[in-house]
Amino acid sequence: MKSAIIFKNVKKTYASLQAVDGISLNIPEGEFFGLLGPNGAGKSTMINMLAGLVKPTSGSISVMGYDVQASYQEARHSVGIVPQELVFDPFFNVREMLRFQAGYFGKGKENDSWIDEVIDRLDLREKAHTNMRKLSGGMKRRALIAQALVHRPPVIVLDEPTAGVDVELRQRLWSFIKELNKEGHTIVLTTHYLEEAEALCNSVAMMRSGKIVAADTTKNLLKKFASKNLKLRLDLKSNKTLPADIKRIQHEAIGQDYIFQLKKITDIAKITESLGKAKIDILDLQAVDIDLENVFLKLTGK
Amino acid sequence: MVNTRSQWIGMWTLLKKEVLRFWRVVFQTVASPVITAVLYLMIFSHVLGERVQVYEGVAYTSFLIPGLIMMSLLQNAFSNSSSSLVQSKVMGNIVFLLLTPLSYIQFFVAFLVASILRGIFVGFVIYIVALFYVDLPINHPFFVISFAILGGGLLGAFGIIAGIWSDRFDQMAAFGNFVIMPLSFLSGVFYSIHSLPEIWQSISKLNPFFYMIDGFRFGFFGQSDISPWISLSIVTIFFIVLSVIAIRMLKSGYKLRN
Repeated sequence: MKSAIIFKNVKKTYASLQAVDGISLNIPEGEFFGLLGPNGAGKSTMINMLAGLVKPTSGSISVMGYDVQASYQEARHSVGIVPQELVFDPFFNVREMLRFQAGYFGKGKENDSWIDEVIDRLDLREKAHTNMRKLSGGMKRRALIAQALVHRPPVIVLDEPTAGVDVELRQRLWSFIKELNKEGHTIVLTTHYLEEAEALCNSVAMMRSGKIVAADTTKNLLKKFASKNLKLRLDLKSNKTLPADIKRIQHEAIGQDYIFQLKKITDIAKITESLGKAKIDILDLQAVDIDLENVFLKLTGK
Repeated sequence: MVNTRSQWIGMWTLLKKEVLRFWRVVFQTVASPVITAVLYLMIFSHVLGERVQVYEGVAYTSFLIPGLIMMSLLQNAFSNSSSSLVQSKVMGNIVFLLLTPLSYIQFFVAFLVASILRGIFVGFVIYIVALFYVDLPINHPFFVISFAILGGGLLGAFGIIAGIWSDRFDQMAAFGNFVIMPLSFLSGVFYSIHSLPEIWQSISKLNPFFYMIDGFRFGFFGQSDISPWISLSIVTIFFIVLSVIAIRMLKSGYKLRN
């Protein structure tokens, strides 16, 4: 499959801080991709380098085959970025801003019908002639998304787009972004809401301290880390300890609860048998349904 | 994707936006400097009009007007590019420009031309208002137009430099208060440098504003402190130097893309 975005051994250093440390990443066309990581992991630096707002210290980045430095004009035509902060130009109304933004990309009057469509699809029609200053936070967020779409980019990057957005608007934005993905747009998203990434993204990369600690399809990541965990509540009173053969299975103890990471499903039998022999009662048994958040916490070591 | 037509549309759009930006606040950007210039004109011509004659056959009030026009033109050209850039940086909306395929040259030309247009517009309105007071024929339109465009361009380019360099409004205001204001007041707007002691004449000749005002005034009266051709050459050199600095800053992404 053709690549929409390629990072090749990209590094970014600020004075003594290694913000991005040799990242290589390939995002195929048509993907719904999530870039996850705690604050300061380097997600925004990655997006800013992709957008041409920050120059990488070394390595190369391309969008739809265009290098973001050498062929910056073509690369910027290929990508629409929705910034994290609610920035706006206080002098103009929504429609004027959208027209200007399209104009910077060389789009003339022939693009007006697309601007109308974007306005309609983001429910901005009633506010089209309202000054940007007078819009509510949610409306400003929609206008920002509209601005990123006016030049019809094949790749759309959203940097924390639902931060501070109410539940209803969040749902509407996501259904809109999903539609765009279905129409063939490649979507890259950074978010703190992991359940969102889990529900929306086909694949994710998790970052920590400027490095990618995992990159796979969302399904694979969940399978790899999640599906074989067993949580037992054990009656370990009267100074009983876990039998030695069970201790060898990787586990985590939280009070009376023990979460075992099973290599194979038959380990369950082994554990229960061994506990039975040691006369340790199982008070409760639960298959732990680990979500992306658990994977994320495990990988980022928090 | 990127062709000549789209490049033109991109630059034209940015120019249009920059012009509309000052037009939306026309009272602040045009009416206010015009009122200031008219106040200068009324006060100085009232106090000195009868007593001072700088050029033979030219009333002091008439002498004053080209200087006031040029001073306002220069100050407003500077304000346009510098305040637009600083405001966009502080508000964060500069990102909308930086995300576009606009080249540094397109960026420079659009900001420069918008500055020249605002400067000339303010200057033109002052000229029209001044015609109610005095008769002010233009003897050499070539010099009037050349100095207006080059002077506006020079300060527009300087405004781009100041706008990129400044991270806050007070830093930009410092450029206005400590550079633009003294240079324009000490450039011979209100006097001929021949009336100054030798040492101040020499110092005045280091001030590029002096050449812009002296040359511009020649366009009206056919009289000046030094040859308008020399002034035009010096102003052109200053314009080129500042433009090169501004373009290099934009090309490198200094304080914008990092």
